[in-house]
Amino acid sequence: MSNKIRNGLTRRSMLQASIAGAGAAWAGISFGPKAFADEEAKVNFYNWDTYIGETTLGDFENLTGVEANMSLFADNDELFAKLREGNPGFDVIVPSDTYVARMLAADMLEPLDYSLIPNTKNLNPLFTDAAYDPGRKHSVTYMWGTMGLGVRKSATDGITSWKDVFESDKYAGRIAILSESTAMIGMASMYLGTGMNPTSQADIDAAVDLLIKQKPAFKAIAEDNGQDLLASGEVDVTIEWSGDIGQVMLEDDDIDYVIPKEGSLIWADNLCIPKGAPHPMNAHKFINYILDAQAGALIADYIQYATPNQAARALLNDSYNKNPSVFPPDEVLAKCEWQIYQGEEISRMKDEAWTRFLAA
Amino acid sequence: MDSWYKFKRVFLSVGVPPTFWLVAFFLVPLALIWVFSFGEKTGVVGIDITWTIDNYIRAFNPDILKIFAKSLWLAIAATVICLFVGLPVALGIVYAPSKWKGLLLLGIMLPFWTNLLIRTYALIAVLRTRGYVNFTLEWFDAKIRVLFDLFGMGGIATALLGERFQALELLYNDNAVILGLVYVHLPFMVLPLYAALERLDRSYLEASLDLGAGHLRTLWNVVVPLALPGIISGIIITFIPALGSFLTPDLLGGPDSAMIATIIERQFKSANDWPFGSALSFLLMYITFGALALRAVMAKRGGSDGLEG
Repeated sequence: MSNKIRNGLTRRSMLQASIAGAGAAWAGISFGPKAFADEEAKVNFYNWDTYIGETTLGDFENLTGVEANMSLFADNDELFAKLREGNPGFDVIVPSDTYVARMLAADMLEPLDYSLIPNTKNLNPLFTDAAYDPGRKHSVTYMWGTMGLGVRKSATDGITSWKDVFESDKYAGRIAILSESTAMIGMASMYLGTGMNPTSQADIDAAVDLLIKQKPAFKAIAEDNGQDLLASGEVDVTIEWSGDIGQVMLEDDDIDYVIPKEGSLIWADNLCIPKGAPHPMNAHKFINYILDAQAGALIADYIQYATPNQAARALLNDSYNKNPSVFPPDEVLAKCEWQIYQGEEISRMKDEAWTRFLAA
Repeated sequence: MDSWYKFKRVFLSVGVPPTFWLVAFFLVPLALIWVFSFGEKTGVVGIDITWTIDNYIRAFNPDILKIFAKSLWLAIAATVICLFVGLPVALGIVYAPSKWKGLLLLGIMLPFWTNLLIRTYALIAVLRTRGYVNFTLEWFDAKIRVLFDLFGMGGIATALLGERFQALELLYNDNAVILGLVYVHLPFMVLPLYAALERLDRSYLEASLDLGAGHLRTLWNVVVPLALPGIISGIIITFIPALGSFLTPDLLGGPDSAMIATIIERQFKSANDWPFGSALSFLLMYITFGALALRAVMAKRGGSDGLEG
């Protein structure tokens, strides 16, 4: 019985959808995103791999009748490259903090209508403003985390400082760093005391000189697979994203996640609506759904990243909420710094400095 | 030869689709990148085509040149090894019984049908510290120690093999990159060599052997000169993709093994500097054109030699 009704509904909504679709396509060209009312019942979500709950998309569809299609990107650069020549049809995207800033600089993001996202009340007040998007006019935090050291406990003796990574031969040949030029220069600068976002050529050079001097101690520059190198015993210390180390920690008790005392990088991935989104109304609906307590809890529990959603955390148990690799203690977090998008000029300085590191 | 004029429709129907393909999917994108290489960045996504040559001048920075030199060295090393491994393999296939030939060629081609990323990860699983090569060596190491212990000579084993098994560091260095490049590009070498050797008139070899030349001398004085066009083709189509590889050095190389494609990739992605990336790509392209021109010149010279001889 209920099946029959649902089928009937589906068929009818499909018919509506196809009519509305033709209308929306037309509206997209002629009236822009203002033509909310007759939107096709679809939302195109462009996300990282393994970064959504197991049932989230289906649940959203059952609740709202809006079909959620997900496509995947591998990194921010791919996301940015896909959108830089115009939006190919995505409604909701998940750029990291500095890329929100970069996309804002390129005027690629639609402002959010918070009256359509009442669930922002669930968010930790810490995330209601951000340097990369002042006033959070264009983005809400999806998940956040840190970068730090994945270490093999039995092969190291309590690393607490970046010194062991950047200026010591204690773990020579057993260290992997990440192929993330800006972040690596930032980490070396944190150790040198010039902060995550050095701006002068002298500070950038000092950081890269440090890395060049230490280069013989690095075994590999990992392509975001540092956790595999650590898990397979190839290295004993690796710079990695918290979530990646968290995943191998579940399988190997001998692996730990450490944020050195000089501090590290804190990051956030954000839900945004790109300019030219064909279904902006559904995009808001979708973002609101993700910020729902129940839906947010299911996602966080599945992907094991830190959620900014307080209401969702209240529904989850201690093994998630008290996991120090997911939620580092406040005093550690206090020392972490955000990466800041500093404009194309400084990006180029850092890129050239990184080339110098690779060539040395 | 029939004139295209007489059979216009045939020539059109055969000629237009590939021409369209070539123009739309090769020449136009390539021209776009070429134009970008004379551009200037304006803001985050804007590129102004100002016909500046700054991007090319920037490429002659010592760091970039060093990485270029490194790429050349790795690609040349891989090509030379491919040649020395590929020639015997191609000869082996040519002289194999004909029912085996297809199967042997299939064996050369088969890895091609697997995604490069998967093959590279497989290579990592073989070479890493706790990989199959080291597992095998460790197994032999353990057996030898047991054997020595059996004869009460455990001390000698320790003296020979060390206190305990030391795993070989096979990954994350230049050798790993060269091995990876050889592994990936060997078919590019074997196939043109096979094609050249297959066409070779075997009576020349018999004559050479009958007239008293040894096998090596026959190989060097008869086979190599006759197969030279194939050898040159093999070298060029191995060298060009090897020079532009970026997956292999990124995944197998150490901190010192960056190749130029890694830098180019970064310009299109994290560095967000398409004009500079385009200029670097085209520098690579000019080297490729140079290599192809060299081949054309040598083929011409080889041809005229043949006529005179």
